[in-house]
Amino acid sequence: MTILVILLLLGGALFLCVSCVGLLRLPDFYTRAHAVGKAETLASLLILLGLALHNGIALSTLKLLLIVVIVAITSPTATHALARAAIRSGLKVWRSPRGHQSHDVAG
Amino acid sequence: MQTLILSIVLLMCLLIAAILYRIAAGPTVFDRAIGAGLIGTNALLMLVLVGFLYDRVEMFVDLALAYAMLNFIGVAALAKYFELRQENPS
Repeated sequence: MTILVILLLLGGALFLCVSCVGLLRLPDFYTRAHAVGKAETLASLLILLGLALHNGIALSTLKLLLIVVIVAITSPTATHALARAAIRSGLKVWRSPRGHQSHDVAG
Repeated sequence: MQTLILSIVLLMCLLIAAILYRIAAGPTVFDRAIGAGLIGTNALLMLVLVGFLYDRVEMFVDLALAYAMLNFIGVAALAKYFELRQENPS
């Protein structure tokens, strides 16, 4: 049980690092939203599930699972609303400066 | 377990300091909004972890529940406002 809790917490911390690196390194708002929206949701779910497993059977465990449900619904919705607002206000999508053949995201 | 939770909280403090760079230097306002949302999620997780650290889970879980809804409402309101404003965002 303790091993599983530690694995869940470390996985959540890893995905928080992934979302932060994606926010800092990717070249465009849409790519940043792509990185943050998914990694942030998964990190929240992993950490909250690990803590609920650590807490055992109590009323606060039920509240932790309620936070899991709320985060799983609202976090992708917020990211989607921001991306829709950006594309409606005319923000251009990033293209690679080296032409259409190269698909890497350096920069 | 307490040491692991404390080190994750300290890692989150470093991540928030790194996200603040994107909020300060983001080219558009949407980058700043998504950075603010990410800081809100980090603060939510940090509240629950600090609750386990202080061994007062019941109170901190209620705070985190309110914070999750407020974070969503804030980001959705920002998106709605900057969607209605049609000029080029900066």
